[in-house]
Amino acid sequence: MSENFPSLSLVPKTDDKQSAKDFKSDQEVRWCPGCGDYAILAAVQGFMPELGVKRENIVFVSGIGCSSRFPYYMNTYGLHSIHGRAPAIATGLATSRPDLSVWVVTGDGDALSIGGNHLIHALRRNVNLKILLFNNRIYGLTKGQYSPTSPLGKITKSSPVGSLDHPFNPLSVAIGAEATFVARTVDSDRAHLQSVLRAAAAHEGTALIEIYQNCDIFNDGAFEPMKNADSRDDVTIRLEHGEKIIFGANKDRCVIRNKDGQLVVAQVSEVDQAQIIVHDAHLDDPTYAFGLTRISHPETLQDTPIGVLRDIKRPSYDRLMREQLDQVIAKDGPGDLAKLILGKDTWEVN
Amino acid sequence: MAKDVVELDQVIIRFAGDSGDGMQLTGDQFTSTTAAFGNDLKTLPDFPAEIRAPAGTLPGVSAFQLNFGDHTIMTPGDQAHVLVAMNPAALKANLKELRKGGDLIVNTDEFGDRAVSKVGYVSNPIEDGSLDGYNVHKIALTSMTVQALSEFDITKKEAERAKNMFALGLLLWLYSRPIEPTLKFLAGKFGKKPDILAANNKALQAGWSFGETTESFANQYVIKPAQMPAGTYRNISGNLALSYGLIAASVQSGIPLYLGSYPITPASDILHELSKHKNFGVRTFQAEDEIAGIGAALGASYAGLLGVTTTSGPGVALKSEAIGLAVSLELPLIIVDVQRGGPSTGLPTKTEQADLLQAMFGRNGEAPVPIVAPQSPSDCFNAAIEAARIAITYRTPVFLLSDGYIANGAEPWRVPNPADLPQIEVKFADGPNHKLEDGTEVFWPFKRDPETLARPWAIPGVAGLEHRIGGIEKADGTGNISYDPTNHDFMVRTRQAKIDGIAKSISPLVVHDPSGSAKVLVIGWGSTYGPVEAACEEVRNQGVDVAHAHLRHLNPFPSNTGDVLKKYDKVLIPEMNLGQLGLLIRAKYLVDAIGFNQVRGLPFKTQELVDAIKDVVASV
Ligand code: SF4
Repeated sequence: MSENFPSLSLVPKTDDKQSAKDFKSDQEVRWCPGCGDYAILAAVQGFMPELGVKRENIVFVSGIGCSSRFPYYMNTYGLHSIHGRAPAIATGLATSRPDLSVWVVTGDGDALSIGGNHLIHALRRNVNLKILLFNNRIYGLTKGQYSPTSPLGKITKSSPVGSLDHPFNPLSVAIGAEATFVARTVDSDRAHLQSVLRAAAAHEGTALIEIYQNCDIFNDGAFEPMKNADSRDDVTIRLEHGEKIIFGANKDRCVIRNKDGQLVVAQVSEVDQAQIIVHDAHLDDPTYAFGLTRISHPETLQDTPIGVLRDIKRPSYDRLMREQLDQVIAKDGPGDLAKLILGKDTWEVN
Repeated sequence: MAKDVVELDQVIIRFAGDSGDGMQLTGDQFTSTTAAFGNDLKTLPDFPAEIRAPAGTLPGVSAFQLNFGDHTIMTPGDQAHVLVAMNPAALKANLKELRKGGDLIVNTDEFGDRAVSKVGYVSNPIEDGSLDGYNVHKIALTSMTVQALSEFDITKKEAERAKNMFALGLLLWLYSRPIEPTLKFLAGKFGKKPDILAANNKALQAGWSFGETTESFANQYVIKPAQMPAGTYRNISGNLALSYGLIAASVQSGIPLYLGSYPITPASDILHELSKHKNFGVRTFQAEDEIAGIGAALGASYAGLLGVTTTSGPGVALKSEAIGLAVSLELPLIIVDVQRGGPSTGLPTKTEQADLLQAMFGRNGEAPVPIVAPQSPSDCFNAAIEAARIAITYRTPVFLLSDGYIANGAEPWRVPNPADLPQIEVKFADGPNHKLEDGTEVFWPFKRDPETLARPWAIPGVAGLEHRIGGIEKADGTGNISYDPTNHDFMVRTRQAKIDGIAKSISPLVVHDPSGSAKVLVIGWGSTYGPVEAACEEVRNQGVDVAHAHLRHLNPFPSNTGDVLKKYDKVLIPEMNLGQLGLLIRAKYLVDAIGFNQVRGLPFKTQELVDAIKDVVASV
């Protein structure tokens, strides 16, 4: 219930018993059959009742791309905007209305390419937005060109002999942009996805959740090693705050700091227990979470951390903005239009 | 020594100096004193884009022109009666703005050989006789200021910096204005630096006393107050009036103002001003770029606030896609474009009217946007309220097209009583608005008001009205995604009809034709109002009939515009562009209008317009 979500303290609560069904709109879902977006939609719809807030006070804002059709399928308020600009529009919304729970749905092209500027600035300001970044490492809606997260050398329609673009890691970018909450999850793991949504909803400020999402038409299997039951546990590092970072099907691998201070993966059998890093998402120093984002091998997905990498406290931009208004009104009293326009230098003509 | 006091009906003064000489401040101070004295006036700040170009160079010259009189003043004036030139660069750049025989005050301290040759003079102009056609007053402004301030514990540099106050004191004396308003202003500005305050006060007084004693000026002048309608007046610039107008629109509509903006010349002052008025509930958001500025404003409008974005031409170019989204979402939004010289970076600090077609057509698809243009600095107040009225009533983005001239220029303003301002009615959707065939009551976000064709403004937070909208074409009524050809054709035509229908709510075009027998109509828009009306007056004084009409609404035009145009044998359209209103008028009304076009970064001179009008009248 919403008491668990301090970031929603000003959003009206509901006593109604909500279910996932209440969050399904009457619109026919138009993603390709088998698209990872379906699983994310179901997970989000299933999670929403947990917020315990009135449905009419929830808004989904999106940009352009396959993922950005998301708002049409949510029975909340929804705004499907223009390419890359959702964080800017959502910033206007969230800074205007503290009684709203504002969610942004975006993709790797939308958020990181055309809208990169808005993303980094929303993150540094810490506006109370929850950003779901569906990363499928490809452009879907424009039918299969490489994206800023596609691996180097990727063969696509616009790179028939291989892409020349070095990809970037969305979570490294976010941490570099002073993000206060950064997490990663996978479309097919509903329980994990919902646990991350829960943590994001509780966070005051901008939360960025990267969701590895399969595009079965243009980039099928991109995250297969993290989904396949045979390899999943070996490649994925499941982060839990306060727990030692140990992973692998046989729990035989861990994360330690090497002598240069870098976070690296090691064999549990070859290190002291005391050397194993205990995950602390609340660490103010961003270099720790940044280090975590650099452990993985993006092409093979070996050693990929999922969960909440970083979750620190910093007042949200919209709260600070409200407080400034309140302070000025407390000090100067509410505005008086007649006084304002007269100013201090007037004269009379009779 | 008491001097003869001579009465004048009008004076044009031009202050010119280095960007660091404080000429804008000096001009502003003379202006507010003159306004408070009761003269009518118009000003023209004329400064470079560079903050402090190298001292003593032509690119660093900053000027301020003021026209004041005992009667209605429509323009900052053509050539000045008095030029104050603080250095050789200022003289060189501004001498052509001084009429022959005019008074030229030069600061001789700055006319050393090096300074003179630095700007390309081969001999010293104040000694070589080249200024013989003017009434030259050679005054050692800098050294006299330093001398007057010798008693103070300040550096020589600080003393020299007060020379603009010495010059201001002299000019205030010359035109019999009080120094008290400036003393009050200085007290506010330097209240925390008592030494600097005392020095500036002293410099101002020294300038005044110098006027009384020097033989360089034989007379002192008076210009009686102008006849103006009774009321309380203040002096105001366009950007300030526009900021107040936006706040007034918020008060009159009862919804908070939200400004999303990115700094750009010459619009930034609106961002600065609005950020001071948080006690009106004004939220100002300095965005990461122009697109985010309008994006946040649109998000605020969606939330039920009065969303505004302020910019200049290059910023509008960046915002185009978001303006199209606002057209498609049918949400209220105000886009303030303080036009400057273009294309590209163009002339950031100079004026132009060349964004009209950008405002009209600069988007993909059929995306009509209403356009309102203020005609003078103080009119920016009313124009902003009008833009808000249209935006809120018709749920549409609206362009407010100001320009650099009226943004920075100033004039006296009869301050309105807020009780007399129009109310703007805001009605948010609060329940179902449609009954399905089976009798179910539903909410349709695109079911329109039959009168205005506006759709409901349904803001988040209202139960039962949850809906999804976006930039994809929407089905009439339900607002659901629709790719249906007939629906798209209908929606495009309906959005256009909604904007065209605004004409029903605006006043008809008024023609000023005192004799009633003019054969030529001069029609303008925006900031050319003053110069065009002044020129028409002048032409009429010469016994030639001419009619003048001014367009405040550029889209849609007032309903009677076609009828007005067709009454005249010839139509002349003066614009600070290459004929943009002309193109619209010709296309819409099939009138063979004649353009008079300049893009010099400066407002029209009255005399040039007089000549142009007389040429057209002669050709009838
Ligand atoms: S193109 Fe890919 S991302 Fe887009 S809907 Fe189809 S499967 Fe999903």
